[in-house]
Amino acid sequence: MIHLVLASFLQDLSFLDVLYIIAFALFIQGLRGLSGPTTAVRGNRIAAVGMLIAVIATLLNRGEGNWGLIVLGIALGAAVGVPAARQVKMTAMPQMVALFNGVGGGAVFLISWAEFRLTHGYANTATYVAVFSLFAAIVGSVSFWGSNIAFGKLQEVIPGRPISFGSAQQIVNLVLLILAVAAGVDIAAGDHSQVVFIGLLVSAALLGNAVVLPIGGADMPVVISMLNACTGLSAAATGIALNNTALIVAGMIVGASGSILTNLMAVAMNRSIPAIIAGGFGGGGAVEGASGAGEHAGTVRSTTAADAAIQLAYASRVMIVPGYGMAVAQAQHAVRELTKELEKRQVEVAYAIHPVAGRMPGHMNVLLAEADVPYDQLEEMDEANQEFGRTDVSLVIGANDVTNPAAKNTPSSPIYGMPILEVADSHSVIVIKRSMNPGFAGIENELYYDPKTSMLFGDAKAAVSEITAELGQI
Amino acid sequence: MILASTLTTDLAILVLAGFIGFVVISKVPNTLHTPLMSGTNAIHGIVLLGGLLIVGLSGNGAFNKIILVIAIMFGTINIVGGFLVTDRMLEMFKSKPKPKPEGDRDASTGAAASADQSEARGDKQGGS
Repeated sequence: MIHLVLASFLQDLSFLDVLYIIAFALFIQGLRGLSGPTTAVRGNRIAAVGMLIAVIATLLNRGEGNWGLIVLGIALGAAVGVPAARQVKMTAMPQMVALFNGVGGGAVFLISWAEFRLTHGYANTATYVAVFSLFAAIVGSVSFWGSNIAFGKLQEVIPGRPISFGSAQQIVNLVLLILAVAAGVDIAAGDHSQVVFIGLLVSAALLGNAVVLPIGGADMPVVISMLNACTGLSAAATGIALNNTALIVAGMIVGASGSILTNLMAVAMNRSIPAIIAGGFGGGGAVEGASGAGEHAGTVRSTTAADAAIQLAYASRVMIVPGYGMAVAQAQHAVRELTKELEKRQVEVAYAIHPVAGRMPGHMNVLLAEADVPYDQLEEMDEANQEFGRTDVSLVIGANDVTNPAAKNTPSSPIYGMPILEVADSHSVIVIKRSMNPGFAGIENELYYDPKTSMLFGDAKAAVSEITAELGQI
Repeated sequence: MILASTLTTDLAILVLAGFIGFVVISKVPNTLHTPLMSGTNAIHGIVLLGGLLIVGLSGNGAFNKIILVIAIMFGTINIVGGFLVTDRMLEMFKSKPKPKPEGDRDASTGAAASADQSEARGDKQGGS
């Protein structure tokens, strides 16, 4: 008897609505937490609890049957997602986020497709349901393919440099968009043909590829954030099509906050969103790079670990400028050791962190925190730029574009206007770099030809350890 | 009529949720951009619910079952992976034990402890 009462209470719709409302409140509270450093960890966990509640509420209130399929889907998802998230290296975080975003978009368009098939082409369904479901299908498919391309570029499976149809690019994108929308309009107007629906998915898939392929690797964080907002919007549209408030609220919150975040990131990199979509960054590349290389008849001075150690040991103030090279080489612990060695010699050491050093904002902070670098040694860009004037040696470890003076001096450069770390203001500069290859944006760096710069070629971790070893012998 | 009112209610919820999204993310330090993006990324995994609802309806053929299982798998990857990755990124803000002379040892034990936590959370999510 009690069981029956309990069972009917659990399936009572208003009880389920209450669970959904609790879930939204937790999402919102979680997001608020995520926007502040002291509350971020808890915020993320609060949002995760909200998600768990939303999933349980839905499982209590779903139709009959097919439990096996649900268990199978969730088990497969957990089997892929948990190890992927736990084992990914910190350096590969950005592409992992792209991938997780992509599968979200994939789920959205698959759900729309299933809905289309189940209702025999939205027959006997309100037009608005068809419209929102079709919108979700288009945006979800664009997001899925776009994110996969972003993943491929960051993982360097496909070249990071822009790949495009040149001036025809905009026209190609426009045609694909029109095709997808036209297919959608046709279906919403009453065409039940699945061929048209597949045509819609294919056009949107090609559009996702065509939009992201021409964008250079350096803009990828902004693109991923934008696709993230898109997936959120498509989830909200799915919510309207299924009349499910949890999907509407959570999807729309992500859509809105994701848009704001995209804008904040673009501002931090001094890039406008239309310019990013128009593409070609870092790759007007072939032309820009070639002419750049020609200009630099200047010579590059290379140095040895022993010389670098002497230079550092007798400095009174050293600024370490970490970049993606440090992340790739996993050199953060070696860098921390070097810092300790220098501090023993009364050298004052600080770290200059460019907002977009690495491949994502905050990338360097994460790595250095992992190596126990005290938070107060990290200086943000504006702070650091005032300090370079009184810095004896700037040690640039695998950072390139964020130190490129071309951003300040060369109006024709694709990165012109991007705020940089003004490393060249310090008395001398040591750059640890694997080779003279240009950085992620594919642009030549004038800093390396500056007479006060010396280059120490090699893997960041090995080079830093060597310097530390040499320091011990002085 | 009933349908129309469902739509307007849903649209009202949509608009309000949009404003909340805008307000919540008004001012965020650069350092938190990536974790925040990753966290919101995990939240749109909510689309999993769509898969759970549709797979429960009658009339799904074999092909539908296949794409829905894939959709549920994708949604689960999005949620579980998203929250776990965000948690790992936020490592830097976790309170650590006071560094002892051997800084390195502290770092590794700290990482192990938090990995255990993530594991516990992962299991919980996976079992849901």
